[in-house]
Amino acid sequence: MVFTLRVPKQPDGVKPPLTGELPATALQSLASKTFGLYLHVPFCAKRCGYCDFNTYTATELGGFSQSDWSAQITTELQLAKKVLGGFPTIQTIFIGGGTPSLLPAADFEKVFRNISNHFAADIEITIEANPDSVTKSSLAQYLDIGINRISFGMQSSASKVLQLLDRTHNPSAVSSAVLTAAEVGFRDISLDLIYGTPGELDQDWLDSLTTATALPINHISAYALIVEAGTKFANQVNRGEIPMPDDDIAAARYLQAEEFLNQRNFHWYEISNWGVAGAACRHNQLYWDSANWWGAGAGAHSHIGGLRWWNERHPATWAQLLTAGHSPAAGQELLSTAQQFDEQVMLGIRQRKGLPVSLLPAATDLAELQAAGWIEPSALAQGQLVLTTAGRLMADRVTAEILR
Amino acid sequence: MYLKPIHANIRPVTNPKPGATKQAVLRNFSIIAHIDHGKSTLADRMLQLTGVVEARQMREQYLDRMDIERERGITIKSQAVRLPWVGRDGVDYVLNMIDTPGHVDFTYEVSRSLAACEGAVLLVDAAQGIEAQTLANLYLALANDMQIIPVLNKIDLPSAQPEKYAQEIAKIIGCDPADVLRVSAKTGEGVADLLHSIVELVPAPKGDPDAPARALIFDSVYDIYRGVVTYVRVVDGAIKSRERILMMSTHEAHELLEVGVISPEPTVAEGLVAGEVGYLITGVKDVRQSKVGDTVTLLNKPATHSLGGYQEPKPMVFSGLYPMDGSDYPALRDALDRLKLNDAALGYEPETSAALGFGFRCGFLGLLHLEIVRERLSREFNLDLISTAPNVIYRVQMDDGSELIVTNPSEYPNGKVGLVFEPMVRATVISPSEFIGAIMELCQSRRGNLLGMDYLSEDRVEMRYELPLAEIAFDFFDSLKSRTRGYASLDYEFTTEKSADLVKVDILLHGEPVDAFSAIVHKDKAYAYGVQMASKLRELIPRQQFEVPIQAAIGARIIARETIRAIRKDVLAKCYGGDITRKRKLLEKQKEGKKRMKMVGRVEVPQEAFIAALATSNGDAKTAKN
Ligand SMILES: Nc1nc2c(ncn2[C@@H]2O[C@H](COP(=O)(O)OP(=O)(O)OP(=O)(O)O)[C@@H](O)[C@H]2O)c(=O)[nH]1
Ligand SMILES: C[S@@+](CC[C@H](N)C(=O)[O-])C[C@H]1O[C@@H](n2cnc3c(N)ncnc32)[C@H](O)[C@@H]1O
Ligand code: SF4
Ligand SMILES: [Mg+2]
Repeated sequence: MVFTLRVPKQPDGVKPPLTGELPATALQSLASKTFGLYLHVPFCAKRCGYCDFNTYTATELGGFSQSDWSAQITTELQLAKKVLGGFPTIQTIFIGGGTPSLLPAADFEKVFRNISNHFAADIEITIEANPDSVTKSSLAQYLDIGINRISFGMQSSASKVLQLLDRTHNPSAVSSAVLTAAEVGFRDISLDLIYGTPGELDQDWLDSLTTATALPINHISAYALIVEAGTKFANQVNRGEIPMPDDDIAAARYLQAEEFLNQRNFHWYEISNWGVAGAACRHNQLYWDSANWWGAGAGAHSHIGGLRWWNERHPATWAQLLTAGHSPAAGQELLSTAQQFDEQVMLGIRQRKGLPVSLLPAATDLAELQAAGWIEPSALAQGQLVLTTAGRLMADRVTAEILR
Repeated sequence: MYLKPIHANIRPVTNPKPGATKQAVLRNFSIIAHIDHGKSTLADRMLQLTGVVEARQMREQYLDRMDIERERGITIKSQAVRLPWVGRDGVDYVLNMIDTPGHVDFTYEVSRSLAACEGAVLLVDAAQGIEAQTLANLYLALANDMQIIPVLNKIDLPSAQPEKYAQEIAKIIGCDPADVLRVSAKTGEGVADLLHSIVELVPAPKGDPDAPARALIFDSVYDIYRGVVTYVRVVDGAIKSRERILMMSTHEAHELLEVGVISPEPTVAEGLVAGEVGYLITGVKDVRQSKVGDTVTLLNKPATHSLGGYQEPKPMVFSGLYPMDGSDYPALRDALDRLKLNDAALGYEPETSAALGFGFRCGFLGLLHLEIVRERLSREFNLDLISTAPNVIYRVQMDDGSELIVTNPSEYPNGKVGLVFEPMVRATVISPSEFIGAIMELCQSRRGNLLGMDYLSEDRVEMRYELPLAEIAFDFFDSLKSRTRGYASLDYEFTTEKSADLVKVDILLHGEPVDAFSAIVHKDKAYAYGVQMASKLRELIPRQQFEVPIQAAIGARIIARETIRAIRKDVLAKCYGGDITRKRKLLEKQKEGKKRMKMVGRVEVPQEAFIAALATSNGDAKTAKN
């Protein structure tokens, strides 16, 4: 099979059993921890220059067809059900991509049909969508089958930035998509933004934030542009056609966003995520709290009680395994206590609620981090380690210091 | 290609045995040449023609036995081999051939080898002509009063110009161009004739077989299985197995466990007599008990006068070697002790660097020697090392009359310095004459002083310069090669020391001097060094939580400055979905990176930055095949 590999490498792990069975220790956690589903839709109409997500255009699918998706996902979920000994209550579902909005609501409906009896009453079901791949009727149908949250990849309101990012949509597509989604009844709408694209000015970023917050949304994810090895964008940077995004500019943009969004009642709850009160994405919090989730679909990652595993990346390989009655997992790792602790610190520190200081070894020296102005003194007084705005920009450093 | 069949010319049954060989049939010679002119390949043909190595055991440069020699395709250690040969007169002769290294760093190996011989085959590449080490080695041989046999090699090459280069050689050694033999070490052509000429031209040894035994130690090698193996040339008398021998300088006596010759593998013999070359094994475990240059005699019938020894090779180039992982320090010390056993020229002393921790200041013969030691430490002893930029040795006279030898620039005194002396060399450059201008320009920029110039032939010239060693030991050869399209060759020898206008440039990080980056440079080059180092470090050192000034200073005077801005962002703000493993692995890498940081005051400097900053700017001894 020949396809261009611009998708990220999967981590090194050990080979999981073909049956997909889980160790007893992992299964024990099902009773106590929140459970969610992630469904990966690995299709895009065109690959954006900067993106290294596990996604494929029609010509790269090598024998797999988009129309097979719902049937194969259903097969994987049946395997999940068997391996887990029946589904626990499903609190959240996140349909991510790729571009899930390329699939019709009927496909998701087929998937839901077999599992909806496990849905929590207040289940959160999110779909990621590209602004130019939705219509009024598709949006209405998504809502109709139970999807109650939608996240659009806006990225920027500046045409030149969208062009440099190699996006297919133009700025006006975003407002029309959001307004339509609101019109058909979506209450929870989120926008993804990217800042720090070379050529983007302070004013462009301010315009993006202004445009976004003027729309009927209650959530924003804002990411610094990352040059991922192997992408078209990285090649352009390497050839000197585009300058490398500047870290100082990204830092300034972050501060700009924080200030701007606070004024409009969007508050951070994770380093890259802001929402109005009660609008935080519950599914993403499940990742950051190391709760349990099953990731179905090509390349999807799962975590159940200290066992992490990930599926074969390519949809055709993933489907072949499922068709043969096997688990589509490609690798796994059983986290040691030390690794679980490292993750807890790494993920906890990225959240507004922070990390209980009592969790850290007694010898941990926070004085220097506090002197640097990276941790909130008031929260610390309450026994909680919470990053300041400047500290959030240094989160990886802080994590490494704490775990040194 | 057509290879002439090589016929072994030997009558093994009648060839005299070691310990029972008359001096009249002995011929001891070295093969000397510029690097790569084909010495080891010629030795191959001699091994084959004399029948000591069979065709199926043959491999190229058979005598280059060390891995490093084979990989780099150069000879580092001399090798002596006993060969049987029937002369044109039908007599059974015994040849003792020594293949020598050509690189300037190992010239001392050549002089040791010559002391065991009466003749030298001066080999010259017929496509290159006389090169700098051809001359250096020729002068060594002449100084030893040796019979020189001039030979042009590689006559099979289409680019060979035997007529032209025979003229060059004849002019230098004062013979007839027709006397210059022609061989191809590759095809074997002319090699049998050469062996016959050696028999006819090299004088037989003229020791006294009846006098008390005297043998000169010309090499001493530690072997893990056999202890110290001592290579000797017997001058007078005889040495038999099981006798007790006496080292004349140390007055230590040892039992002889084994006597033998190399042919080309060690072969046990009953003894060695006057004129012969072979090895002795006594069971001593330390080469210092069997020192190169010492004279061996017999305990119960000792000689009164020892033979002339050698000058010990002196380290010329110094560098600090530090283990990346501080806990490897004892392992590094053991490894150096082991290497020292076979490498008298290697010197080392413990030293401490504020930046790099515990390590050793090591002395080397030159950059290639340094490279080889470093490579062996990493390959044979699995040590990850940081080495400081190499420097030469300085003698500093203080105003108060006291004196200081400086082998580590950071130890250069800051106080009232009077005169500073640096080592000088006499350098020989041989090049096509069209590059004279370029070479002069280069040598001038390196504070050179032209001593003289001679034409070897119409279009080739030999230029002699006096230069500071510090100016040519490191990157000079690369500059020379690039200015002469690769045609020039270089040789140099230490002459004396001279005072010069030298200063120490310190590099300060956030106000703290980094000892590993201090350098002693000529006053006129201090600014350039400071600017270059500061800007290099600005690229190499990651941003810190605070702004870090980098300064270059002479004493208290700042001559260059750069700034590393404070870091503002160290976080991956991107959506990774559920792939937490990837994020954790990045964190683990960051933690790992932290462990590899060295602290300079409050500044964290990655080891990689030290390695990159200390790497000799453009001189790498791998290419420095001068
Ligand atoms: N064409 C040709 N090549 C030769 C001949 N003799 C040697 N060479 C080549 O020249 C190169 C150097 O040969 P060596 O025998 O290693 O030279 P060397 O003088 O021992 O070199 P060092 O020990 O490093 O000084 C090798 O690539 C040989 O194959 C010859 O007669 N003809
Ligand atoms: C999984 S993508 C899918 C969303 C959807 N396909 C779209 O692009 O509109 C989620 C978000 O990750 C962000 N993203 C992707 N690649 C990125 C990169 N190299 N640097 C920063 N953010 C990136 C974009 O903001 C994108 O909207
Ligand atoms: S549309 Fe989204 S997932 Fe697809 S390539 Fe672009 S950023 Fe990546
Ligand atoms: Mg050789």
